[in-house]
Amino acid sequence: MNTLAGTPVLFRLALRRDRIALPAWVYVLAASVVSTALSFRSLYDTEDSRLRFAAGIAANTSLRALYGPLHDPSTIGGLTAWRMGVFGAVLAGLMSTLLVVRHTRAEEEDGRLELVGAGAVGRRAPLTAALLAAATANLLLAALVALCLTATGQSAAGSLAFGLALAGCGMLFAGTAAVTAQVAGTARAANGLAGALLGTAFVLRAVGDAGPAWVGWLSPIGWAEQVRPFAENRWWVLLLPAAGTALAVAAAYALVARRDLGAGLLPQRPGPAAGAPGLCTAAALAVRLHRGTLLGWAAGFAAAGLVFGGVSRGIVDLVGDNARVADVIARLGGRQGLLDAYFGTMTNLFGMIVALYAVQAVLRLRAEEISGRAEPVLATAVSRLRWAAGHLLFPLAGSAVLLAVAGVFTGLGQGAAMGGTGHAVARLLPAALAQLPAVWLTAAVALALVGLAPRWSTAGWGALALFLLLGWLGPVLRLPQWVLDLSPFTHTPHLPGGAFTPTPLLWLTALAAALAAAGLAGLHRRDIG
Amino acid sequence: MTTAITVTGLVKDFGRTRALDGLDLTVARGEVHGFLGPNGSGKSTTIRILLGLLRADGGTARLLDGDPWRDAVALHRRLAYVPGDVTLWRNLTGGEAIDLLGRLRGGLDRARRAELLERFELDPTKKGRAYSKGNRQKVALVAALASDAELLVLDEPTSGLDPLMEDVFRSCIAEERDRGRTVLLSSHILSEVEALCDRVSIIRAGRTVETGTLTELRHLTRTSIDAELAGPPPELTGVHDLVTEGRRVRCQVDADRLDEVLRALSAVGVRSLTSRPPTLEELFLRHYEQPGAPRDEQTPDPAVTR
Repeated sequence: MNTLAGTPVLFRLALRRDRIALPAWVYVLAASVVSTALSFRSLYDTEDSRLRFAAGIAANTSLRALYGPLHDPSTIGGLTAWRMGVFGAVLAGLMSTLLVVRHTRAEEEDGRLELVGAGAVGRRAPLTAALLAAATANLLLAALVALCLTATGQSAAGSLAFGLALAGCGMLFAGTAAVTAQVAGTARAANGLAGALLGTAFVLRAVGDAGPAWVGWLSPIGWAEQVRPFAENRWWVLLLPAAGTALAVAAAYALVARRDLGAGLLPQRPGPAAGAPGLCTAAALAVRLHRGTLLGWAAGFAAAGLVFGGVSRGIVDLVGDNARVADVIARLGGRQGLLDAYFGTMTNLFGMIVALYAVQAVLRLRAEEISGRAEPVLATAVSRLRWAAGHLLFPLAGSAVLLAVAGVFTGLGQGAAMGGTGHAVARLLPAALAQLPAVWLTAAVALALVGLAPRWSTAGWGALALFLLLGWLGPVLRLPQWVLDLSPFTHTPHLPGGAFTPTPLLWLTALAAALAAAGLAGLHRRDIG
Repeated sequence: MTTAITVTGLVKDFGRTRALDGLDLTVARGEVHGFLGPNGSGKSTTIRILLGLLRADGGTARLLDGDPWRDAVALHRRLAYVPGDVTLWRNLTGGEAIDLLGRLRGGLDRARRAELLERFELDPTKKGRAYSKGNRQKVALVAALASDAELLVLDEPTSGLDPLMEDVFRSCIAEERDRGRTVLLSSHILSEVEALCDRVSIIRAGRTVETGTLTELRHLTRTSIDAELAGPPPELTGVHDLVTEGRRVRCQVDADRLDEVLRALSAVGVRSLTSRPPTLEELFLRHYEQPGAPRDEQTPDPAVTR
C-alpha cells in the first residue's frame, strides 16, 4: 500500500482539530512582531533617534545575550528584527513542536491513531499530515509577518527575509519534533526532548552572541539571526534550516517505517513485581510521576546556568571603547553595574522559564484526572486535598529547587570564568530565589483554573504566555505601567545589585496563597472526571 | 443495618443533559447485586456518586451507613473499586500499581495477592502501557480482590477479559460472596449477572425500571412454552408470539394466564412439554425495545462523551 495514502484526509482533520490553536499561535506571533514595529515607529521616528537608541543598547550587553546583536539600527525593520528575532524563532519552534507531537505521538498514545491506522491510511500518512499542518502554520506566519511589516512601510525584501527566518526555525523544529515523536514513547517525552533541543539552541546562540561567534552557528535560532533581515538579507542562510528540516524529516520517515505502532525506539524493560515499601502514599506516587521531569529540568538549568555564568566575562569585554557607549555604561554603574544588569535579566528569564515547569506540574493534576488515573486513587482512603498536595509539592518546592540550581550554577559558571566563585554564588542564589513568589503566583493561577474552571485549565498556559509577552515586549511597547504590573515578574526585585524590598514578594506570595486556596476549595467541592 | 447501599431518587445533571433521573437502588449486605443497563444509562454515573467523585444534584445516597460525599475517605477504607476503563501509570509496573492502590486503601493480603496473580495469569513486572485492556483490568481486579474490603464496587469489570479469565472472575466473586462480602456488579454481560447475582436492578435512561431477585423478575414476565399435543391445537387466548406447526405449539404466556393455558393444552392431551422461564436477556430486551424508548434518546454516558 502507498505509505502516504490518506494524507489529505488526515491533513484536513489536523487543520480541523487545530482550527483555534493554529490561527491563535500565528496571530499572536505575527501581532507581536507588528506591534513591536509600530511602537518602534512611534518611539523612534527619525534615523538619528534610532541610532541613539542603538548606542544605548550596545552598552547594555545583557540585552545582546538575550536578543542578539543589532545588525541594522537605521531602520524600524532592523530594530524589530533584532527585538523579535530570537523570541519569534523560539515561539515558532515551540508552536511547531507542540503541533507535530499533538498530531503524531499524542494521537498514538491515546489510541486514536490505531483507529485511523486501521483505515486506508499509509504508514507515513499521519506524520506527513502533521508536517503539512506545521508547514501551513509556518508559511502563514511568514506571509503574515512579511505582508504586515511591508504594510507598515518597511522594505519588502527585509520583511520577507524576516518572515522566512522565523518560519525556517519553525520548520526545523517541526522536523525535530517529528524525530523525537518516533524516539520517545510518550507525547510528554517527545515534547520534552524537542523542548530540550530548543533550549539548547537558545543557549548556544546566546553564547554565540556574547562570546565566540561560531557557537551561534550551531543553533537554528542563531541561523534566524544570521539571515540579518533588513541589514544584509542573507538569503543563503535560509538554506541551513531548509536542509536541516529535510534531514530531520528523512530521519523521521526512516524511523516511522522501522517501529511498531504505539512503541518508541527505546525498548520496554520489565520492572519490579512489587511496589517498594515506600510506595504507599499519594505523595510517594506523585514523586514517582514527577521526579524524572524535575531531574531533566534541573540538568537543563545546571547547563544553562554554567553557560550564562561563563559568558559573563565576554559581556564586560563586548563593550569596547566607544566613547558614547562608555558614557552610558558609567550611568549604568560601571562594569559591576553592567554585570549586575546582565545577571538581573538572566535571573528574571530563569524565573519565567521555571514558571513553565510550574504550570505543567500543576496541570499534571488535571491530566491525571482526565486520563482516569485519579479515579482509582480517589476511590481509596486518599482525600482530594492529600492527592492534590502530593502533586503540588512539585510546583511549590520543585520550582525552588530549579531556581536554586540555576542560581548556583550561574555562580559556578561566573566563578570559573572570572574567579570568586563563593562570592558569585552568594550573590546569584538569592537573586534566583527571589523569583520564586512570581513563579508561585503563575502556578497558583493554573491551580485556581484546575479547581474552579477545570474545562479551562489550559488557560493556565495563556496566563503564563501573557506574563512572558509582557516581560519581553512590555518595555519596548511602552505599555502603561498598570499593564506591566499585571505580570508578577514585573514585581520581582532587580537582583543582584538592585535594592531589595520584601514587600512586593510578600504580596505576590499572599496572592498566590489566596489563589491556591481558592483552587483547592474548588477542587474539594467539584465533580471529578 | 442490613443494607450496604441505599439510593433514592438520585438526580445528576451534566450541563443540560440529565444523566440520572430519580434512580433508586438498594443493595443488601452480603449479596451480589447486578446493576444492569445499556451503555449510557447512568451506571457509571451512579457508581461515581457512590464513590464521592461526583456530587448528586438531588435524591439521597447512603453507602455503608455513611454519606458517600462527606465521609468519602472513611468509607473508601471499607470498599474496593474497579473502574470500567482502567488506565495505569506509564512508569509504574502492574505489581507496583496493585501494591500502591492496596496500601492507599489500608493494606492488602500478600498471600491472596500472589494467589490472584497466579489465577489471573498476570505478569506484574510489565510497565503500565505494555498491558492490554484485559490485563489492565486484571491489575485493578487483583488490587481490589486482594484487599479485605467489605464492599466491592465493580464497574463492568470483565469487559476486556477472555472467556477463561471471565471464568476465574466468576469463581472469585462466588468466593467473595461466600465470605460474606457485598458486591455491586455493573455489567451488561447477562450470563455473568445471571450466574453471579442474587438480586438485580435494571436501569434505563437514569431510572430504575425493575429490581428484585431473578425469580421475582421472571415472575413478572412471560414463560416460553413449547408443546407437542395429542390432537389439533386449541384456541389459546392471552398468549404472545403464537406459532403452530401441525400439532406443535410454541408461544409465550403471561404469568397470570399460565394456569389457564396449561389447562387448555392438557384438555387436548400433551405428548411433550418444555417450559422455560424467560432469560435475563429476554427481560432486558423487553425493557429496552419498548416503543417510545429509542436508544438515541438515552442520555450519553459522560465518561464516553468527554
